[in-house]
Formats: sequence, structure tokens, C-alpha cells
Amino acid sequence: MDRRSFIKTSALSLATTAAYGLPLAASAADDEILVGGITDLSGGLDIYGKPMADCLTLAVEEWNAQGGLLGKKLKLLTYDPQSSMQLYTQFAQQAALKDKVAVVHGGITSASREVMRPVLDRYRTLYFYNTQYEGGVCDRNTFCTGVTPAQTVAKLVPYAMKKWGKKVYVVAADYNYGQITSQWVKKFVQANGGTVASIDFFPLDVTNFGPAISKIEAAKPDMVVSALVGGAHMSFYRQWAAAGLHTKIPIASTTFAVGNEQIVLSPVECDGFLVSYNYFEGIDNPVNTAFKDRFHKRFGADYPNITELAMGTYQGFYLWAQGVKKAGTLDRMKVIEALESGISIDAPSGKVSIDAATHHCVLNVSIAEVRNKKLDIVETFRAQPPSDTSAVCNLIKNPRDNQQYVIKL
Amino acid sequence: MDLAAVILIQVLYAIASLIVISSGLAVIFGMMKVINLAHGEFMMLGAYATIEAIRVGINPWVAIFVVSPLAVGVIGVLLERVIIRRLYGRMIDTMLATWGLSLLLIGIVTSIAGNTTAGVSAPLGNFTIGAYSVSSYTLVIIGVSVILAFALRWILLHTSLGLIARGTMQNPQMADALGINPSVVYSATFAAGAALSGLAGGLLAPLTGVVPTMGGAFIAKAFITVIGGGPAIVMGLVSASTLFGAINQIATFASTPVFGEVALLAGAIIMLRLLPQGITGRFFKGSL
Amino acid sequence: MNTPEQPDQTVPGPDALQRFARSWASAVLTLALGVVLLILLPRVLDDFALVQATVYVVMSILAVSLGFIWGFGGILCFGQSAFFGLGAYAYAIAVTNLGDSTLPFLLAIVLPAAFAGVLGYLIFYGRLSDVYMGVITLTVTLILFNLINSTAGPEWKIGVAPLGGFNGIPGIAPLNMPGNVDDVIGPRGLFELSLGALLLVYLLLRTLLAAKPGRVIVASKENEQRLLLLGYDARAYKLSAFVLGAAIAGLAGCLFANWGAFTSPTVFSLAQSAQIIIWVIVGGLGTLVGPVVGCVAIQWLTSQIGTQQTINSNLVLGAILVVFVLMVPRGIVPSIGSICALLTRRSRRKAYARSNINAEVSSRAAQDEHDTPDDKAKVDPHGETVR
Repeated sequence: MDRRSFIKTSALSLATTAAYGLPLAASAADDEILVGGITDLSGGLDIYGKPMADCLTLAVEEWNAQGGLLGKKLKLLTYDPQSSMQLYTQFAQQAALKDKVAVVHGGITSASREVMRPVLDRYRTLYFYNTQYEGGVCDRNTFCTGVTPAQTVAKLVPYAMKKWGKKVYVVAADYNYGQITSQWVKKFVQANGGTVASIDFFPLDVTNFGPAISKIEAAKPDMVVSALVGGAHMSFYRQWAAAGLHTKIPIASTTFAVGNEQIVLSPVECDGFLVSYNYFEGIDNPVNTAFKDRFHKRFGADYPNITELAMGTYQGFYLWAQGVKKAGTLDRMKVIEALESGISIDAPSGKVSIDAATHHCVLNVSIAEVRNKKLDIVETFRAQPPSDTSAVCNLIKNPRDNQQYVIKL
Repeated sequence: MDLAAVILIQVLYAIASLIVISSGLAVIFGMMKVINLAHGEFMMLGAYATIEAIRVGINPWVAIFVVSPLAVGVIGVLLERVIIRRLYGRMIDTMLATWGLSLLLIGIVTSIAGNTTAGVSAPLGNFTIGAYSVSSYTLVIIGVSVILAFALRWILLHTSLGLIARGTMQNPQMADALGINPSVVYSATFAAGAALSGLAGGLLAPLTGVVPTMGGAFIAKAFITVIGGGPAIVMGLVSASTLFGAINQIATFASTPVFGEVALLAGAIIMLRLLPQGITGRFFKGSL
Repeated sequence: MNTPEQPDQTVPGPDALQRFARSWASAVLTLALGVVLLILLPRVLDDFALVQATVYVVMSILAVSLGFIWGFGGILCFGQSAFFGLGAYAYAIAVTNLGDSTLPFLLAIVLPAAFAGVLGYLIFYGRLSDVYMGVITLTVTLILFNLINSTAGPEWKIGVAPLGGFNGIPGIAPLNMPGNVDDVIGPRGLFELSLGALLLVYLLLRTLLAAKPGRVIVASKENEQRLLLLGYDARAYKLSAFVLGAAIAGLAGCLFANWGAFTSPTVFSLAQSAQIIIWVIVGGLGTLVGPVVGCVAIQWLTSQIGTQQTINSNLVLGAILVVFVLMVPRGIVPSIGSICALLTRRSRRKAYARSNINAEVSSRAAQDEHDTPDDKAKVDPHGETVR
């Protein structure tokens, strides 16, 4: 065998083995607790992911400043799946198997959650999903701290209908969040004596809404409910205002402002929109004021807006940390039991507590109106339970349950 | 009756936006046979240039029609000199390099501008046709596309600039022998194509969400339109845009936007099967 | 001792590397290396590394499928991910409906091949040129993407398997031993299966390329007209190569669905198609080992970028690609080979100079080296070389 052939074919082995040999893994020192954060920092969903990662960083730093957890320092490992499902899977595997983190906080779309959940289940790593979603996840290893339709849509729709009228047109993103949320909207509209003129779905990359807008005009609804998601769907609001409809037909939305759309659009285009979430910067309590101080000191006073998802992540982390503190150990089952025993925190959004039967949260929900690039709270409802998930899921009775129920309406 | 008028305007708008989006790519591919996969990102840069210009107080129309083409044209010259120039004749390599360029540009803009940027709303208001209100800005875009097509044709056919460009593309050695510097012509042509892409981005900025990844939505359609158009630059551009834009919009009205997209793509396949050289390979032969 | 008139046989000429690459020695070497890895890696690597290795291997199979039809068949398919995705979805839907995974496995290979047969017939028998072929394959994959992406509603299902739209199909059952539904494949088994499949595919393709069908396929890439004049039906051969490539991509899709236990419309996306092309080009067009190297390198790089936050990932990947195209245009594997050829030739030339061969022979050898096709000649956009 001559030198050239050896070198040429060993290129293959070089590539394969070098990939594992290079020491780019994080190793836990004995006095460190590793926390994994998996959210998109690039790609189409980065408008949601970046604030979430920032809040997670702040939460970890705050706990470290107070002496860490169980006497050890917390170390945050951040992974950027670049809006790719394959990378979500890979990073979930890496966090669980290689870096052996104590908990994973992450996932934005329901697709990414459903890709990570089985992986983290299989490799027995605790998972916190901190994004608002369509409800129904029933899994003892997973805690969902985001709001669900029974908490937000249930309040938003009646309020909007009382204000504007009973004929509703729904536009939604064409994937399971949009599909399921639109069904919830329909349910609450009909429960309040209204009618749904039509439900239109749009895939996430549609940017031309001209025909859709004309169809809405033809239907002459009293209001539009929007469950559109992502950067491309922002064009809907732009084109809506360009067609002059923002002064004629009002909009309520279950997703607007989560990507800071109220800052990207001009006030003319979105003033008067109604949204409903757990957290708004305008919430008036001492915890929120102190939080905003710390946040702006850390990330700059000109940070756009602390989004619902970012606060969800912050609150999720604090809930987990409280659970670990109560359990006194990092052992997964003990932490789960501690979390189920009634953990609650005084968060910037108010009191947040974990509901043991569903692993979802009881929290405050407010309705706000978009005004001049800010969100002004108009009404608050305290301690809203996750009634949509509790109708189908009871982990106390069935601790081995592991699926996402599609709630039949 | 009103609905018919609205549909007509929407169809014309779809055709117009295809023309505007694809013009830059048509110039670069048609003249230089360079497949510029960073075309969407040139549009994105144009959109950002417009937004920044408006933010510092420049008149919106100036920002759209002057600032973005200029800014992206300059960037185009730079890129041509540094990267593209070394890859002439290597079509696959230019594709790969421009794909890398598109990722690079997205990364740079994301690092500088972040993901949340204030946008601009559409200037002008709207007008009503019966029960429907339509944005007046769509009429602007329709108008611009018509002017663009005519201007492009006129420049290429009736000015010495166009003559020099066409001649150099056809036979660079001869042009060189006649005293024209081919490399300057290449730079200028690439810059012109980039400027057109920037203009398209600026025009669309008030109508779409301006984020660093917005280019991806346009590259496929522009690519398909340009290839489907065939060898003639302007006639190919106009004919392909008319065909695909009409199919897209009518199908969208008939059912859903998804079906509209699929119809456009399926139409492209069928058309390429029937006319393998593109539309102007068979019809309008010999025109520009 | 060589006279000035005889060219020195032992000085490696420019195509010695290609001659080696086509010889059975390199095939045996590569296969042996592969078998060694197959036996060694599951024992040496921990669980996570093994699972990572599996996805690299699976994607390598996909890369090889494009490397074959493009590097050897001259078919630039912009939509290889269409067959990949069809394989993944076919497996997912079939196994959800049928339970036992034997038929779904076969379906994942056959369905993309059948689809490629139809598509290929339209393309090759319609005599379309390269660029147009690229557009059509691109459009097909975009159509599939748009169609599957819009199937999120509950009414979209095949049998009992909902298509899921953008969310895709999660929780796909893994492969099981034929006949025994409960004996499912584990991470180690999946790795061995994938690497075994990669080696089998390599063996199959090498054998094919050494035999007559393979030579005709390569000939149709190099000079189709001459091939036609010799009496071969180039279209049929091209179509067969295309179908074979699609079958291999479908196999990769099935294994991918097993690895991640999910499939989603992003397997059909433009980004995925571009990725495959990038792997092949970075690794080396015209080789079978090259796409594997390129795939592993880029996949590994993408993961590494994702675990750090200082630099935006698009920026790094884009910069690397641009630099690569300008500096290393032929890809990693051929370039490594050329560097070695260059080094060995330089050392041999020194040896000749030392042994007093006259200067004419050495200068002639140096001139041979300069006449390689990748010379940095001045080229104008239409491809004519201008010196």
C-alpha cells in the first residue's frame, strides 16, 4: 500500500472519529449544576427565542448571586437549534446524554416540544416547556408553564365580543397550534352567542395576504381573531393597514406581541389590538418593578419589550429551582414529587403555582390593548386554572400517562 | 363586479411583484449567467436600507427609490470584485459561493440589527371599490413594474450603455479589442442587478415583515421566474411573471394560498416540460 | 535510469489519483476501514456519541446518493431531499398503520424510487438541460413541502396516521426484527444497521461503476452525444441512475425517521436540499467517499456552532462556505489527494535532481502538473478561457 492511498482513505476515519474526540463537551465539575437551555437564536423563530434565552441567563445569574442552588453554582448551557427540528433532537440528546444536565428549559413551537419530549423522557431528564401553547400535554417528566387557551382565549374572546360584536372571522397559522387554538376560539364564540364567519389557515411562510384580506372584507365581520405566528405573518398586519381596514374592523389576537410585533409595526397599524397573556411589562407590583430594574441593568434600558415567552422561561426556571430546593436533591423523581407537592412563587406576573394533576400552572391572566407600541392592561383575572388540560389529564391517577391529548371540542 | 375589479388588481399586483422581485436576478443571470442565490438577501439589504433611511428622516420615496438601490448597488460592486469575479464560468461554484454569501449576509445583519426592528408602514392611503378597500400602494408597485420593464428594455436596446453591456457579454475579447474594459462592464452589470434587487426590497418593505430571514421567501419564486422566462431578459421576465403571477393569484382566490403556491410551481414544471428553453426560447424569439 | 525521450513511468501523472480511486484496491481499503469502524465504534463510544454518529451516517447515505447521481451521472438534482422526505414519510405512515416494520422499510425504498421513475421519465425523455433540470427538481421538492406543510388539520390522514402538517409525525415506531413486533431496534442496533447500510450502498455503487452500466452512466455525463452515436440509449441509463439514487435517499429517509422518531415537512425544504449539495461539493464531487466526509464535517460544524453564542451561526457557516469555494474548489477529498500527489512528486523530483537526471525531464514533468484543468486562468462569465 503506498502513502497516498493510506492518506486518502483515512480521511474518512479522520472525519468520523475526530468529531467525537474533540473536547467541546461541557463537563460538570462536582460543585456545579448544569442547566440546559434549548431555544432558537437564529432562523425564523429567533424573534421568540432570543428574549427567552436572555431571561434564562438572568434567572441563572440571580440564583448564583444568592449562593446558587443546594450550595452549588448553576451553569447554563445554551444550545441554538437554528429553527431546525433535527438540531432540536440532537441537542436534546446532547443535553441529556453527554452534558447530563439537571433540567432542560426549551422549545418554542409545539413541533419542537414534541420532538424533544420523547428524547428527554427516554433519557430521564426533566423538561420544562415554558411557551404558551394549545394545551393537552400529559407527561410526568414534563412541566408546561405557559398559558393555554382555557386561560387566555376563554377571557379574550368574550371581552372582545362584548366590545365589538358577535360576528367573528378567524385567521390562524397552519400547524397544530393554529388549528387547535382556532377550535377553542370557535367554542368560546359560540358559547357567547356569536357566529364564526370562517376560519382561514395560512402556512408559516405565506407573505401575500391580499386575497385573504379581500375575503375578510367580503364577509363583513365585526372583528377578526388572529392566531398568526412568525415573522412572515407580520405582513398580514401590514397589508391589513395598507388596505385601510385597521380603522374599520378591529383585531384580537392570541399571538400578537409575543414576537414584539407592536414595536415593529407602527402605532397606526396596530393600536387598538386586544391580546391576553400572563405577563405584561405594565403589571403593577413590587416584584415586577424590581425585576424590570434588574433586567434593564443587565440587558440595557433600550431592550425592546420583555415578552410573554421570556417571562414564562424566567418563571419556569424559578419554579424548578424552588422544587429542587424543596427536594434537597437533584434526583429527578424527588424533584418531580417536590414540584407536585404545591410549589408556588411570587413572580413578576403575580402568583404562579404548579397544578399537580396536570403539571401545568395556575396563574394570573390579563387582557391588554396595544397603544403606541406599548401594551396597556385593561382587565386582570387572578389564579386561572389550566382547565383545558385538566379535563383530559390527571397525572395523580395515571402517573404513567405520556402523550399530548388533542382536546375534543 | 366590484369583486372582479379587486381580483384584477390583485392579479396585476401579483404579476408586478414577480417582475420587481425577479428583475435583479434576470439581469445578473441573463447577462452574466451567474446564478446569484444571495438575491433574496440583496432584497433584504434594500429593505433594511429603506427602513434606516426613513428612520433618520429621509423622505420615504427617496429612501425607496434612491437610497436602497444605491446602497445595494455599492455592496454589489464590492462583492463582485472580491468574490464573484473569481468564479466566472463555474456555475456550480457561483451557486455555492452565493449561497454561502446569503448565509453570511443574514448572519451579519442579525448581529447588527437584531431580530426586532421597527418597520415602516405603507405610504399613501387606500381607496375603495364598492365594498372593498384596496391599498393604493399596490397601484404604485404595478406602476413601478411597468416603468421598470420599459426602462430596462430601452436602456439595453437604445442606449450605448446597453449596447456596450450586451456586446461585452456576447464577445468580451472583441469588446476588449475595441477599447472597452470587460471587467468594468461586469462590475457595472452586477451592480445594476444588485441595485434592482435592492429596489425590490425597498418597495416591499412597507408590505412585509422586515426580518433578516425575509429573503428566503423570494429566492425560489424569482429563480423559477427567471429560468422559466428563457434567454431574453426583459421579454422573458415579463412573460414568465405574467404567466406565473396570474396562475398563482387566480388559484389563491379559488381556494387557499397553499394551493396558489402549488399551482405556480406545478405550472412552472408543466411549462418547462413543454418549452424546455423557457418561454422566450420559443415565443418572442430574438427579442430582448 | 531514464533517457530524455521516455517519460518517467514512476512520476505520478495528474490522473494517477483518479486511476487509484477507480481501482479495486481503494474500494477494499474503504470497506475494510468501514468494517473496522462498524465493529469498533459501538464498543468505544458512549450512548450519546453513538446516537450522534448514527445521524451522521444516515445523512452520509443521503449525501452519497446525490454524490453518485451528480458526480458520476452528471445529474444535478436540486431536490434530492424530496426522495429523502418521501422515504421518511412513507415509513412513518406505513409503520403507524401496519405495526410490523418490514413492509414499511421496503416501502420507504420503493416509493421514492417509483416517484423518481415518473419524474425522471418526464425530465430525461424530455431532453432538458442541466439548469432546467435543477429548476424542475427544485420545484418538485417545494411542491411537496407546500403540500405536506398544509396538512395540519385533523382531516388529513392516511389510514390511521395523521399527516400533521408543520408539526410532522412524532413518535414513530422504530424498526423491529421481521416478524416480531416487540423486538425493536435499539440505539446500538440502529447505528450498526445504518453503517452497514452505508457500506452496502458503497459496495453496490462501486461494483456498479466498475461494471458496464456504471461506465455507460459516467460516459453519459462526459459526452452524451458520443455515447448516443455509439448506440447506447443514454436516457435509459440516466433514468436508472436517477431511480437508484432516489432509492438510496429513501433508505436514508427511513433510517432518519427511526433515528429521530419523528418526521416533519422540513425534510422537503429548500434548506435541506441546499445542505445536501453543499456536503457533496465540500467533500468532493466525483468521489463516493467525498460526500461522506463533507456531510460529517458540515454536520459536526453546525452542531458545534449551535452550542456557542458568541458568533451567529449563519455568519460562520456562510463565511466558511465562501472561503471554501474560493480556496478549495474541488472539495476536501480530491484536494487532500492532490496535496499528497504534489508532495510526493516534489520529493521525487528532488530525488531525480539528486540522481542527476537531466533538467529537461524535470521541467517536462513540471509542465504536466501545470496543465491540470483547475488552473486559475482568466475566465470570462461565459466560460471561455482567456489567457
